[in-house]
Amino acid sequence: MRLLRLLYTLPLRFRSLFRRDQVEQDLEDEFRDHLERQVEASIARGMTHDQARYAAMRAFGGVEQRKEECRDMRHVHFIEHRLQDLRFAIRQLLRYRGFASAAILVPALGIAASVALFGFVDAALIKPLPYAEPSRLVTVFGIRSDLAAGQKRGSVSYLDFLDWRQRNRAFGSVAAYDVRAGFLLETTTGPERVPGLRVTSAFFRTLGVRTLIGREFAADEEGAAAPPTVLISYAAWQKRFGGNLDVLGQTITLQSPWLGNAEPHVVIGVLPPDFHFPMAQHAEFWATIRRAQACWGIRSCRSLEAIARLGNGVSVQAASADMTSVLEQLRREYPDHHRSPEVAKLVPLRDVMLGDVGRVLTMLLAGSLLLLIIACTNVTSLVLARTDSRAREVAVRNALGASAPRLVLQFATEALVLATIAAALGVLLASLGMRFLSSLLTADMISRMPYLQGIGFNPRLIVFAVAVTVVVASVFTLTPLARISVSGTLVGLRDDSRATAGTTWRRLGAHLVVAELAVAVVLLVGAGLLGRSLYRLIHVDVGFNAQQLAELSVIPRFVRTTTADPKPDAGKEQPGVLARRIAERIEAVPGVQSVGYADLLPLSAGLAPTSTFWVTGRASEEQLPDDWPVRRISAHYFATLQARLLRGRYFSEEEVASVRPVMIINESAARRYFRSADPIGQSIALGGAASPAREIVGVVADIKDGPPETPSHPSAYVPFDQPAFALAIRLSQSEQTFLPTVRAAIREIRPDALVGELTTLAERANRLPSTSLHRSTAWLIGAFAAIAFVLSVVGLYGVVAYSVGQRTREIGVRMALGAQRRMVYRLVLGEAAWLAGLGTALGMICAVTAATLMRSLLFDVSSWDPATLLGTGLLLLLAALLASYFPAHRAASVNPIEVLRSE
Amino acid sequence: MSKPSDLVQGTLDLLLLKIVALEPLHGWAIAQRLKQVSGDVLQVSEGSLYPALHKLEQEGWITSTWEIAESGRRAKFYTLSRAGRKALERETANWERLSGAISRVVRLKEV
Repeated sequence: MRLLRLLYTLPLRFRSLFRRDQVEQDLEDEFRDHLERQVEASIARGMTHDQARYAAMRAFGGVEQRKEECRDMRHVHFIEHRLQDLRFAIRQLLRYRGFASAAILVPALGIAASVALFGFVDAALIKPLPYAEPSRLVTVFGIRSDLAAGQKRGSVSYLDFLDWRQRNRAFGSVAAYDVRAGFLLETTTGPERVPGLRVTSAFFRTLGVRTLIGREFAADEEGAAAPPTVLISYAAWQKRFGGNLDVLGQTITLQSPWLGNAEPHVVIGVLPPDFHFPMAQHAEFWATIRRAQACWGIRSCRSLEAIARLGNGVSVQAASADMTSVLEQLRREYPDHHRSPEVAKLVPLRDVMLGDVGRVLTMLLAGSLLLLIIACTNVTSLVLARTDSRAREVAVRNALGASAPRLVLQFATEALVLATIAAALGVLLASLGMRFLSSLLTADMISRMPYLQGIGFNPRLIVFAVAVTVVVASVFTLTPLARISVSGTLVGLRDDSRATAGTTWRRLGAHLVVAELAVAVVLLVGAGLLGRSLYRLIHVDVGFNAQQLAELSVIPRFVRTTTADPKPDAGKEQPGVLARRIAERIEAVPGVQSVGYADLLPLSAGLAPTSTFWVTGRASEEQLPDDWPVRRISAHYFATLQARLLRGRYFSEEEVASVRPVMIINESAARRYFRSADPIGQSIALGGAASPAREIVGVVADIKDGPPETPSHPSAYVPFDQPAFALAIRLSQSEQTFLPTVRAAIREIRPDALVGELTTLAERANRLPSTSLHRSTAWLIGAFAAIAFVLSVVGLYGVVAYSVGQRTREIGVRMALGAQRRMVYRLVLGEAAWLAGLGTALGMICAVTAATLMRSLLFDVSSWDPATLLGTGLLLLLAALLASYFPAHRAASVNPIEVLRSE
Repeated sequence: MSKPSDLVQGTLDLLLLKIVALEPLHGWAIAQRLKQVSGDVLQVSEGSLYPALHKLEQEGWITSTWEIAESGRRAKFYTLSRAGRKALERETANWERLSGAISRVVRLKEV
């Protein structure tokens, strides 16, 4: 039935739409016919022709209005009008190019920023991890309950892990990996350092990752008697084996540098291409924990980190309670190795992987949304001002027969056109922005944040972009509509009607500007705090001089102990001798001031082995239970770093050469273990009473061993005794020219040694994850704040200038009545200062709240930082006064005579 | 402003359909016929007449053709369509129900 009617009425619609001339002609003819008949009838009743005609016209009302009503009855009219409006809107925008470009560019920037950042948020926070049921994956570690807050990772010894695995009842599966990542791979061109990890056998089962080809580790491929097998990443398969299927069963020779022994491993499987594990940067090789290496056989040597998959229906709380009871059992059974009671902490793997990135991205997204709000507010005032300036046009068109809804729709069409173009441009800019931001990510950052790879448009992002566009479009569309309905149909033919319209707008515009200023303050304060925090982070006292200090890691070629060594002297070398020889040789290079070496240099994200500090001569109840890092250093290490010696002395050459039981502790350790007593001459046994006591010979000021934002903690330094080492070279010239000389020097001594990249410590401090994340955040929020600042000041200028324009007559009258120019200045500047003050005050309140939320991202800066708050306030007030000075000047230059004459 | 105050809302469509149902007529004639049949009680202004006719045509209830009228002039004649006849029946039934109901209420005697 309905369909039949449609069949019938559709041609009519088409006729109205496409044969408009014909339809118009019909309408014209029909009305003329009617009028003629009416006139004839009236003449027949005795009227004169003119009288009859006049009466007919009067009865008919406006012919044009009647036509319009008839057109309205033909529903296609709606479409027709929209097309008309569209054409008109585009003509208008082309005519007022300045307005149009501002109204398009400003929100486009806001849309671009928010969409691009949403892309990152989506990649990091919304896209699932490449594991089965990632929400059930957690990291597991034991920690003293007073230190537990905020910790996301913690280590466990292999022996403890074996007990965890056996005794827990909470996990479907539990696995661990050794934090000492990386292998040496023997290739045809010599040894190569390759990223990789040693894991327990259930590692991939726990993550729920299946191999692409081959199989995963079996349970008996872990432990002392296990055969050496290896899994390779998809990238390694493609790169090193050409993606050949016969890779399975092939043998490769791998060595963990700290294990000191190379062994042939059989390739048993290839991992899927999307697999990544951020704690192992781009790992290519995955082997198991199998040989009875020293650390793995010591219950207090914590070199693993554990991950677990929660059992079915087991909550994180229940699993923590279960694991805490396991920890308690172990503490009772092995009291020597577990001094202090620990609680089990389980942290969702996602949180561990994201670290600060999640919070940073959320904050940046919030920042970009604030920017979008400012942009919209700004354009809203612009659209409002224009709506007002078109009051006369509206009035004229109304009088000529345009109905109120028609006018409203026409304004809406214009707004919609603006919003659509802005959104399209914004999305385009967003995709460029995402590409640009991704290109800023270094390979290093990508490997830490693999989820940011392949960032781009996906359905979620498109939904977000559309949602933002709809919001922007409705703001644009609704504002002029609200404006029109506020003043009825904007009847504004009379000149003085502008005055009332002006007041309304001035009030609304003022509200908008206050909001804009407040949002700008929030962004400025955020940027200020982040900037200061970044400054503090860069200028933190690291305890040594990082300028012109180069770092070079050296790993000697495989030390074969299982097979007969081809080079007689290589295998027999005492640990540490090679390092000393190389250091001496490099010291002779011109331009080198001094050389030191250690197992790990400062400012590294790497983890030094930790130990308990057992002060000789104290009862075991008095001993402190905590573990602290111990680094192995050369005699000239501290001198080269230009560290500050507080007491005692550094190691002598002899002490290091013969690896004497001596140690140097840092200031924090001295304070923690000896309070105000002099630690020099005291002894500490590392790891427990059974270990040899080491005499403390010196106390050095705290050095930032890890990232600069980590708080100072106790550390100990003992003579160097390792095969692999990192050189710290104090240079008197630019570092790059040295590399060839230094390399040659090392090759002279050990032609097959693996030499790393030469970097300066200052450079590395800049590249540290925390620093680079901090820097990019500060820059982005800074850019948002700068745009917001300019937009809000321009907005303020707009309101004040408009207000002056509106009040020219009032000002003229005031001046004619004797007001001084000073008073006019005060009037205008006062208004601006009031708006700016109100906006700043409101903004400060919001900013402090927002800063409290981002407190965890700030380093050494409080969210109340008075300098930032004060500086922002002053900046904004100054800018406000400057922005209002020009309108004020214009107002003060009003010539009262001219104004009064124009009355 | 162009709404006929003297016509019950919604009844104009019914009246127009009914008049056109008797014989095809042009706009002016429809207005005259309405006035005449109702004994000058029902008057429809041009302001309402033409939009209403155009609406009925768009609904598909009446069709229009240009024909030579009695005076030899061309005029737009409106004819009831099949769908229009059904609509007329429906509207008539509605009207009778409504007016019957109103009459019953109006005739209530005060006790």
